[in-house]
Amino acid sequence: MQEQEKASLAQVEETGSALSPYAVEMREICKAWPGVVANDHVNLRVRRGEIHALVGENGAGKTTLMNILYGLVRPDSGEIYVNGERVHISGPRDAIRLHIGMVHQHFMLIPPLTVAENIVLGQEPGGSLAIYDRRQARELVLQLSARYGLPIDPDARIEKLSVGLQQRVEILKALYRAADILILDEPTGVLTPQETYELFDVLRTLARQGKTIIFITHKLREVLELTDRVTVLRRGRNVGELVTRETNQAEIARLMVGREVLLRVEKGPARPGPVVLRVENLHARSDRGLEALQGVSFEVRAGEILGIAGVEGNGQSELVEVLSGMRRATAGRITITHVSGEQRGKTYDITQMNAREERLVGVAHIPEDRRGSGLVLSDTIENNTILGRERWPRFARARFILRLREIAQWARRLVREFDVRTPSTRLPVRALSGGNQQKVIIAREFASDPQLLIAAQPTRGVDIGAIEFIHRRLIEQRDAGKAVLLVSAELDEIRSLSDRIAVMYEGRIVDIVTPEASEEELGLLMTGGRPAPSGPPRAEQAPAPDESMS
Amino acid sequence: MFWPIFLRVITSGDLWQASLQFAALLLLPALGGVISERSGVVNIAMEGMMLIGCYVSVAVTLASHNVLVGVLAAIMAGGLLALVHGVVSIHFKADQIISGIAINVAALGLTNYLNIVQTGGQGIPSLASSLRLPILSWGPLGQLPFIGQVLFQQNIVFYLTLIILLGMQFLLFRTNLGLRIRAVGEHPQAADTAGIPVRLLRYACVVSSGLLSGLAGAFLALGVAGTFNPNMTAGRGFIALAAVVFGKYTPLGAAGACLIFGLGLALSVRLQDTGIDSNLLATLPYILTIVALIGLVGRTVAPAADGVPYEPGSAE
Ligand SMILES: Nc1ncnc2c1ncn2[C@@H]1O[C@H](COP(=O)(O)OP(=O)(O)OP(=O)(O)O)[C@@H](O)[C@H]1O
Ligand SMILES: [Mg+2]
Repeated sequence: MQEQEKASLAQVEETGSALSPYAVEMREICKAWPGVVANDHVNLRVRRGEIHALVGENGAGKTTLMNILYGLVRPDSGEIYVNGERVHISGPRDAIRLHIGMVHQHFMLIPPLTVAENIVLGQEPGGSLAIYDRRQARELVLQLSARYGLPIDPDARIEKLSVGLQQRVEILKALYRAADILILDEPTGVLTPQETYELFDVLRTLARQGKTIIFITHKLREVLELTDRVTVLRRGRNVGELVTRETNQAEIARLMVGREVLLRVEKGPARPGPVVLRVENLHARSDRGLEALQGVSFEVRAGEILGIAGVEGNGQSELVEVLSGMRRATAGRITITHVSGEQRGKTYDITQMNAREERLVGVAHIPEDRRGSGLVLSDTIENNTILGRERWPRFARARFILRLREIAQWARRLVREFDVRTPSTRLPVRALSGGNQQKVIIAREFASDPQLLIAAQPTRGVDIGAIEFIHRRLIEQRDAGKAVLLVSAELDEIRSLSDRIAVMYEGRIVDIVTPEASEEELGLLMTGGRPAPSGPPRAEQAPAPDESMS
Repeated sequence: MFWPIFLRVITSGDLWQASLQFAALLLLPALGGVISERSGVVNIAMEGMMLIGCYVSVAVTLASHNVLVGVLAAIMAGGLLALVHGVVSIHFKADQIISGIAINVAALGLTNYLNIVQTGGQGIPSLASSLRLPILSWGPLGQLPFIGQVLFQQNIVFYLTLIILLGMQFLLFRTNLGLRIRAVGEHPQAADTAGIPVRLLRYACVVSSGLLSGLAGAFLALGVAGTFNPNMTAGRGFIALAAVVFGKYTPLGAAGACLIFGLGLALSVRLQDTGIDSNLLATLPYILTIVALIGLVGRTVAPAADGVPYEPGSAE
């Protein structure tokens, strides 16, 4: 801390710019949207040269505050100081002039344009009326990329780049505009562990070079690992300004949520029953026509959680889509066996079923892309809670005429039971924060009393309070005798929830291990490495099919 | 009877001269469409802007006895109407299709009304040749066989159109400004965060589309028809719209589409003495266009943010 302190003071003297040790100071910022106060007299002080974490639950107002600093949103009141001087930021152009750069939660890149075009856009060599100088733009990007150690191909089109590389372009874009203050809004939400690791290296280097970094995340581990100080927001208000070294995850979590949060999942041993889901030699193609699944076989039993681990892009998404009826299998077989309820003992071949038919035979699905395929964002919470079940006799007379009162009651019950924070079930889902949107899906899927529950990235982008809630509910489902298939890019999540872990690599399941396997062992499997002879403990093979039918 | 006439027609300079003229007439509003849609504003009101251009050019030329003044007035009138579309769709974020329809309908009614009021229902008589847009003389070049007639006996606006075509292609794909315009049409949030004035650029592009449509109107009234008739644009603005899409939102592409359509139009006029029913012939340009374009072009993709108003600081 002291070294940091000295370093940042030295920086001040060097630049001689101001007396203030703060690169950014936001005072008493207020901003209300219709119906919500996003920022309520918020203060933020960020020292020069530090990495400052900004944390808070979904909807706490982090993005709004940073959009105000970047000039995208006008505050209702409040003052902003940059390097000790009062400034008025009325648009991104002002922010850029003040050497503020921002990497947004949803990237601000133009997919059909090249890397170089995206980086120089708006500040192209030669100015607005000049001919676009491809050679020089390229040169500038290469220089920048060499200087900061961020290799990139300037001629690649953005749409062809991985998410990690796109983010690198965003950082280069800010640096090209000579940003000294760099805001990153949930930069790790979409990154693989390896990419996250690389990003941290880059950010540390930038901070050492005197850049000031504001870092938003939901992952407290990252806060502890990377940052110097932390500002915590709750429901639009400041609730804490901490020195990272002097705090811990539990304290930050408590401040964020306003109560004690269970950071570890508590669960008893699994009591696996008969096999519910059986997947045999499954093949499927990706959108680009590549062989995404190359003979996947596994089983999930009642009362167990099977976790699927793997670096993103190794077929997990396609697997979930095939299982949930959103993608056609090119070969193989998928069956569901009911182990409870009226149809107990009955087995369905769901290989060729579409999503609606699968719901009827007891498959529930929490999709990875909640905004795209899980919810109709512009529709009400009410209607979203019966999505895909609107023809059930319970909700419709003669499968056709909706029973509106029944639906309203149903929605109110789910909202209560699943703690969805909203003033009304008649609001469009769009108006909810990310975590609450996810709760709507979970409520809907859990409430259908399924045989098999497929949960894909169930906690992506949601805050720790919601994560705790979702984890508890998943365990509850397991204990209630459901078969749960969990797909997640978060290794921690997979390890703490799963009873067995299947590791996917290049469209195949390379091994199925127990959750006691170490992170290193899993990491090795995930990158295609073979386990050492003393390798991870193998999970017990599922017994033969006929045995499980009993 | 058909084939000999067809062969004669297809090899005649007349046909190709007319094709190019029709094509240029379509290309001007099409270029306007390209630049407007590239910046992210859907403009289906080129028809109305062109029609206003027709009327204003004739009215002002008659009043001032000066063609140039008439043309400039037509351009301004088109630009002004486009500015209205800009304010409605950029500032008030209203539906751009509805705004476009309103402008088309209003332009039709307004020009009809003014025409009746001004001439007492008599209609505007044919303009004296000194009040028309002239054919540009290229001296001996114009005497060349075939080529002379096709390329060097065209109206002055034809050549202007060629210059604008090349200029716009260059602007959009070779200059920094063009890069910014494309950025604004693809992803206005991204452009804004890069410090580009999104609304200003959109206004500039929409108004440009009006200026070009106004010029097209003047070309039609003062260069081709030599008078004003009610609804004389007869859907050209809409065909230009189709050319924009078929041309994949590029100036050169739109020019190609206009050329095919111009040829169809000219053919349908010249083939009338083959004995084919004239109503059937009138469909020829459309059929030819569709066949040629399906064969040649394939799928086109509009700019990603085309028609979507920009909302700064919105959640997405
Ligand atoms: N453009 C907008 N219009 C209306 N309400 C908005 C808008 N942007 C944000 N809000 C609301 O303001 C509140 C704060 O949102 P904000 O995006 O700042 O939260 P956040 O802390 O970034 O959350 P997350 O972790 O989910 O990204 C939320 O209730 C949100 O619904
Ligand atoms: Mg946010």
